[in-house]
Amino acid sequence: MDLNLQELNATEFPVPAELESNIAITSLSQLYNWGRRNSMWPMLFGLACCAIEMIATASSRFDFSRFGFEVMRATPRQADLMIVSGTVTKKMVVPIVRLYNQMPEPKYVLAMGACASGGGPFKEGYNVVSGMDKYLPVDVYVPGCPPTPQALLYGMIALQRKIDGQSIANGDDVPWYGVGSAEPTPVPVLGPDIIDPRQMDMIRRQAERAANDMAALGMRELPAAMQMVAAKAPTATAAPVEAAPVDGNALAFVLPAGGRPWEEAEDIREKRRLRALARKAVRASRRASAEEE
Amino acid sequence: MPTAAPDAPLTSTTIEGAIDHLRATYPEAVRADDREGYGGIIVDSAQLLDIARFIRDDLGFDYLSSATAVDYLGAGDHMEMVYHAYRSRGGGALVFKAQAEREQPEIPSLVSVWRGADFQEREAWDLYGIHFPGHPNLTRILMWEGFHGHPMRKDWREAYYEEEQKPFDSRWPGGHVHRAEEKNVFGKNVSYPREIDLSRLMDTSESAVYQSLGLGVDVERVMDKDGFETNELVVNMGPHHPSTHGVFRMVLTVDGETVTSLEPVMGYLHRNHEKIGERNTYLHNIPFTDRLDYISSMGNNHGYVLAVEHLLSLGRRYNEPTYRCETLRVMMVELSRIVNHLWAIGFWLNDIGAFFTPVLYFIQERERIMDFFEAVAGSRMMCNYMRFGGLFADLPERIKSVSNLVNDRARDYNTMQFLTEMVSERIPRTIDELEQLLTQNEILIERSVGVGVLSAADAINYSAAGPLLRGSGVPYDIRRADPYSIYDELDFDVAVEDAGDMYARYLVRVKELRESVRILRQILPRLEATQGESIWADGKPGAYAPRVPLGEAYGRVENGKGELGYYIVSAGGKSGTANPWRYHVRAPSFINLTPMGIMSQGHKVADIVGILGSIDIVLGETDR
Repeated sequence: MDLNLQELNATEFPVPAELESNIAITSLSQLYNWGRRNSMWPMLFGLACCAIEMIATASSRFDFSRFGFEVMRATPRQADLMIVSGTVTKKMVVPIVRLYNQMPEPKYVLAMGACASGGGPFKEGYNVVSGMDKYLPVDVYVPGCPPTPQALLYGMIALQRKIDGQSIANGDDVPWYGVGSAEPTPVPVLGPDIIDPRQMDMIRRQAERAANDMAALGMRELPAAMQMVAAKAPTATAAPVEAAPVDGNALAFVLPAGGRPWEEAEDIREKRRLRALARKAVRASRRASAEEE
Repeated sequence: MPTAAPDAPLTSTTIEGAIDHLRATYPEAVRADDREGYGGIIVDSAQLLDIARFIRDDLGFDYLSSATAVDYLGAGDHMEMVYHAYRSRGGGALVFKAQAEREQPEIPSLVSVWRGADFQEREAWDLYGIHFPGHPNLTRILMWEGFHGHPMRKDWREAYYEEEQKPFDSRWPGGHVHRAEEKNVFGKNVSYPREIDLSRLMDTSESAVYQSLGLGVDVERVMDKDGFETNELVVNMGPHHPSTHGVFRMVLTVDGETVTSLEPVMGYLHRNHEKIGERNTYLHNIPFTDRLDYISSMGNNHGYVLAVEHLLSLGRRYNEPTYRCETLRVMMVELSRIVNHLWAIGFWLNDIGAFFTPVLYFIQERERIMDFFEAVAGSRMMCNYMRFGGLFADLPERIKSVSNLVNDRARDYNTMQFLTEMVSERIPRTIDELEQLLTQNEILIERSVGVGVLSAADAINYSAAGPLLRGSGVPYDIRRADPYSIYDELDFDVAVEDAGDMYARYLVRVKELRESVRILRQILPRLEATQGESIWADGKPGAYAPRVPLGEAYGRVENGKGELGYYIVSAGGKSGTANPWRYHVRAPSFINLTPMGIMSQGHKVADIVGILGSIDIVLGETDR
């Protein structure tokens, strides 16, 4: 990708016209994002049908290298972007979460196709995870079954736009610019059915009720659960779930010591997102007023 | 009494003759399956092993194509294993069944007779809970060890269960649409058994895999031939590995670089095709078949509509598909086969070191065929093109490729001109180019000759199919052995090679590419001749929501990867039913992996990926 200095220039100080193609005054965030968005290396990681169209997108006719997605790397350590290209099954989500944890930050997830976005045609299947976002934070969803290569390209360009809006100046914009290292996503466990460690408490409560021959809690009686499901309302108002005493054996499956409870982390993420949106709006209005002048 | 001529050998009797012979030999244990719409025989499971040996050795049905289970809950309340055996010289199936009661079902394992039954019996154990005494490694194959229940049993319900059969009442119009997550407390596609005890929870899925292979955690110390002390190591390849063609996994033990044993581990893309298929209506299943072998969706459609059409023909009102319809079907399937083999060869070359360059060349033709599919069926990959008794649409007059709008110009061709150019120039040119660069290529020959050898006897015994079978010197191609559609009037040869190694499979694929072009050359004049003829059996799109009469059917086609079969049981009333009772896919990619272990023994780790590539699997079909 050519370096377009005019595009990169973001300053109130005027650059003389004759120097516009030689000098740019810009923010560090913008320069950094510009470099990052144009060298996103996807992981060579195919799940199902969508993987074939992903390969087609990488090949000569569509060629996503043109947009800076240079080359696919087979190892997560060298990849910036995980394209979840196909149906995520319960058996496969365990390695997928591990792979995600192995990717260095900053990292992004693109859910390609109906299955990765929400389960797709196989949603009701007993071994199917109804959407990658049940386990990992997804940045871009691309609809289609499978999406055409054009659709995938569009989704990848949308991801680049998303990166443009992120800021290193504000440490809380995206988790990896914050202070300290981010926590790994808890790896699901294959028990009688798949178990998300973040839901251990709820599973335990349901099991206790079942053991005492009580009807399973409905959605209304489980405010925290409802919050998790809806995932839209802020969790701060939710009644805290009382942590049940934990046996030694089960310790491996609760969150690592010192880790934030899931709801809290989610809350922080939500706040970050809102703040990022607000900043974005300010930037946009500034840009608009600058253009008017 | 046997109806075969007294001096004719038993191995060449008709199916009826063979059945009569069986009944004469085992009068107590064999009875005809006289349920309405059914065929074949029911065998007493106490004598199943003896009878299976008799069927293989004396009657000559040496190829076990499919072995699958059916749960007759509420219709006799028994479990049933259904076996389809064929002769490797060609001809129809001998269908035999064994029954067991539903609680604690037990049926003797046939692995000692046909090794090809291995994975299929494991699947029946995994999904139906049928126990097979005598099976060497009866462990779960698609789900993980520790999963609660056997999900394909009719009384097992998934977490997002709504109703037994579609269309669900909640669906629009008339219903209240909801998201399944909203009804589940966990907000996820999970349900836990009542007795779940989290304090004792152990993830045994991994250790079970190693235990079933007889592998401990400790590495064993072995002495190599020169007296050096070496360690035998366990190496995992997959499920995330660039050369496993998806999410397939192999567990190998290696002594140095040499593979001493290999076991495929699968199920990472098990998306419950069959369970969903039994909730669906017959018509719903057509787009689902696209997603089995997603590289050749047209071929998948074809096998499925053949099976359902066979069932429909048992009913009163049924018309054969028109000639134009059959012609179009064959054309689409052959184009799919070309795409399939180009991918297969390309990916295989990836595996043995020619990373992606050949694929980039092959994709050019693939893209043009995709343009054609998109213009005809509306979608590039998932064509959803065939219907019972007809097709989705006839050929359009012009092909306008939307895909190329990426380059800011749309392609626009006359359809017949486009096809003629493809068939007479472009595809043959690609094959010539491919052969010129590869067939005599020294590196390719060095890497592939003598590697991954499968003998003809093993190929038959392990139920190998497709290029894997023909590359081992068995000239078995369903288009010739058991012809369907209009293949019996088309002129083509069965590609076969004797060596049984990776190179032989490559040669078979190249030959089949040429034979496909040869078939397409004969198809084009037939298309011209039938211009204007209806693609629907009775002139109007009639069979959109068929009610399928009682009975069973097995429809099989020669797909790019091998024999693709659909076993369908319809358990409707007098007026038929819109939902299948049993919907099983005999997937070539799945069964072709059975001999993977014996093919890899003694080879280097670097050859394993090549051997897997030469089998040519697609995970959508392997795991279903």
